[in-house]
Amino acid sequence: MSGSCGRIPPPFPDNEDQEAESDTRVLDSDEDDDDDDEGEDIFTGARSNPITPTSAPDEGDIFSEEGSYIRSDVHHATNGLHSDEEELDLFTEATVELTLTNTTSQGRREITGPTASACNTTQVPNSILKPSIVTKTTEELEEEESGDQFELNIAVTNPEKIGDGMNAYMSYKVSTQTTLPMFLNKTFSVRRRFSDFLGLYEKISAKHSLLGCIIPPPPQKSVVGMTKVKVGKEDSSSAEFVEKRRAALERYLQRVVAHPSLLQDPDVREFLERDELLRAVNTQTLSGPGLLKMINRASDAVNKMTIKMNESDNWFESKLQEVENEEQLLRRLHAAVDSLVNHRKELCSNTAVFSKSVAMLGSVEENSALSRALSQLAEVEDKMEQLHQQQAFNDFFILAELLADYIRLLGAVRCCFEQRMKVWQRLQEAQSTLQKKREAEAKLLWANKPEKLQQAKDDINEVKLSTANDKHNTWESKVSQYERDFERVTCTVRKEVLRFEKEKARDFKQHIVKYLESLLHTQHRLVKCWEAFLPEAKAIA
Amino acid sequence: MEVSSAEAALSVSASSIRITDVTQDGDVLTFALTSQKLDSSAGVCVFRIYEDFDWLQQSLFSQENLPGLQGIIFPPLPSKALPSQSNTQTKALKQLGFLALGQDWQSYCKALEFYLQQVAAHPTLCKCKALDSFLFNSESPGKQRGRKGIFNRLSQAVEEMRKESHKDVDNFFQNERNKNTNLAALSKVATEKLLDVVMTEQKLALACGHFSTSLHLCVNQDDASAVAFSKVCLKLSDVIEAVKRNLEKVASNNLSTLGLGLDLESRYQEAEKEMLFRRTCKLIELETVKKGTEKAKANKREVLEAFQKAVEKEFNLISSVAKQEIERFHSSHVNVLKNFLIGWCEVQLNTAKEFAELYSQHLEACRNMYSE
Repeated sequence: MSGSCGRIPPPFPDNEDQEAESDTRVLDSDEDDDDDDEGEDIFTGARSNPITPTSAPDEGDIFSEEGSYIRSDVHHATNGLHSDEEELDLFTEATVELTLTNTTSQGRREITGPTASACNTTQVPNSILKPSIVTKTTEELEEEESGDQFELNIAVTNPEKIGDGMNAYMSYKVSTQTTLPMFLNKTFSVRRRFSDFLGLYEKISAKHSLLGCIIPPPPQKSVVGMTKVKVGKEDSSSAEFVEKRRAALERYLQRVVAHPSLLQDPDVREFLERDELLRAVNTQTLSGPGLLKMINRASDAVNKMTIKMNESDNWFESKLQEVENEEQLLRRLHAAVDSLVNHRKELCSNTAVFSKSVAMLGSVEENSALSRALSQLAEVEDKMEQLHQQQAFNDFFILAELLADYIRLLGAVRCCFEQRMKVWQRLQEAQSTLQKKREAEAKLLWANKPEKLQQAKDDINEVKLSTANDKHNTWESKVSQYERDFERVTCTVRKEVLRFEKEKARDFKQHIVKYLESLLHTQHRLVKCWEAFLPEAKAIA
Repeated sequence: MEVSSAEAALSVSASSIRITDVTQDGDVLTFALTSQKLDSSAGVCVFRIYEDFDWLQQSLFSQENLPGLQGIIFPPLPSKALPSQSNTQTKALKQLGFLALGQDWQSYCKALEFYLQQVAAHPTLCKCKALDSFLFNSESPGKQRGRKGIFNRLSQAVEEMRKESHKDVDNFFQNERNKNTNLAALSKVATEKLLDVVMTEQKLALACGHFSTSLHLCVNQDDASAVAFSKVCLKLSDVIEAVKRNLEKVASNNLSTLGLGLDLESRYQEAEKEMLFRRTCKLIELETVKKGTEKAKANKREVLEAFQKAVEKEFNLISSVAKQEIERFHSSHVNVLKNFLIGWCEVQLNTAKEFAELYSQHLEACRNMYSE
């Protein structure tokens, strides 16, 4: 396998340690999970801040970056195709969000609309050959950032409706900020539409999925949501839809660039850099390619049922089962969070109604102090409504979207396993063909027909090109190539899965912390509300 | 407070009246009631059922020889609670509002307690003998039924509605009636809306509990990374559990303070409304009699005039008592609401602080776990 490196558990800024950077071949241990095959850790999800579209009248908002996230990124070379490229002795550098410091809300962003978004820093070290095992503090990291590190920030912002009627579409601004040399500029932005993102996925998928990579899935299409936007309904639900989609597109891109081999893909670069992209028409559901895709998917499904792989390694079988179980679990969790969000929204509206009724009561009340207290009470309830609203957004963006993302990612993991099965199947077919030809040769040998024998020998050695990509001359070499392919895919899948699981645990941890921070924030504001109201209540005479 | 012989009946300390316990036997709730006489330090405990409270209320209504009785704003007695299983929560809510919620009839007992305290604190009503026997007789006095008071509750008959809007002769009372109509309607609405809020808070708490339980199912010890993920899920489960407890506490705080207060306020406004209505009815009676007297033939006139004078006297008495009652009511209702608002704010503030602390601890633990 190509260079392996250790993975550094991304530390939390307030816990400024546990930054073990490993030597080559030295796997730093995360908690306990150390698989021998654990290679590079590439899959870091750069997360963005969920945005709240409501205007918070008070200072700041829930979605300040109190919870900072660290990216752990490894520039690596994986799967055979790239083996000649960057053979890096690597260490991962956990990086710190440039914009945040700590929980004292210094990096707070006032989000007033679905335009601002958080940038994420993905740091990609470039051929740095000093492996040092060091625990770094936040400050040290930030110092280093200005040094040898290369970064890549991506943000998706400024959704704009272009066009009118049913041909309208939303255009998003994709901004990149980077120090990576492979890009032409340091800062640049382009405008993309949703189908462009889907097109990118198709391209990446076509190239990388056969290698066993876990390809991050793009956000889902939504006919209903988009129709509302097209029709031009200026209500909160279509604004919410656009915001949801914008955040999802951002997360999608961040996941893509966090995967080092995907980052190297010229299609990805083109997507980020090029001004005008060819319109990706293959992504429409009812187009020719779209239908073809559906047919392929159906045949894949049938294949899945009929392929019974001779699994030499139990690991894959049990892992696949685990993945399927987990998907079920996550779906259940997602449903639970959904209902939570809905109830909170209901609480929101009930609080607003109550607030109004109290305000009316206060206006009719004669006693001036009581009247004032009642209108203060109405204001307190109003503030609480806003707090509930923001908490509902938190619930949604921090928890629900996380779960939804992972449900889709698990689907991508399953695809990964399926790809491996396909490779295996191809190997099987080649092997059985070779076997048949050998048998034919043996029969001829037996029958002692020298002319035919020569023909059969040639047959085995003959070029049987089925696709233009076949570099093999003989069936034998074909078979051995396929064997190597299968080995490689197996290895890659294993690594990818392990990396994915680590990433998942880290992701969830991060989100819990974020969620807790938002809860705490809300709670503090609540305390302030009550403290402000108490003297008013006591002042009633 | 010295007890003069003229006010011999003022023997109970209003603030000492407590309902200390409630037991349920099938459909019947029995309340344990303690109170203290002013001149003694010993508490007296008796057991009463709802019918006894009703008897007390009826006795108060039907006091004789009390001038201007109709001008009194009678403390409102909560409706009867029907705790049987066939009574679904929606029915109970409709009937009792806030008093139906809460653990073990706590709010309901509180409301009954307030009722008794209000009666005992009322300068006129506290003298009623019935109150004494209600509070201190070991035997339940509710056996004597059938003495219905002179007045019934406001019924919704169309005729009543018409009377209700009868124009007043006195500006003070006309204003008061208008204000009261507004206040009564608005406080009823506010109470209902707060009830909605509390119900939603409880539903949200349930949803949190459901989520928290589902997270527990994610525990999986297969391999190292699964263990790590399970730890994370369990942590989140704990957090959501805390959120759930927070919501439950907030809901119960709302219930026991502001909810109770708004409910009491709303029922008291209704009580004032009833009083004003009685006076209006008397006014209508007076005006009818006056008209009759004017039209009367000479021989009947004297009788009618005497009758009219009596009615007029009654009416004036009622009006003067009513005026006092209204003033008393205004100041006391401000006080009562003030106490409820302060109590509500304090208890919510404490809960908010408590949970801020708890969340902070969870956050610390999470961060530490993260750095393991």
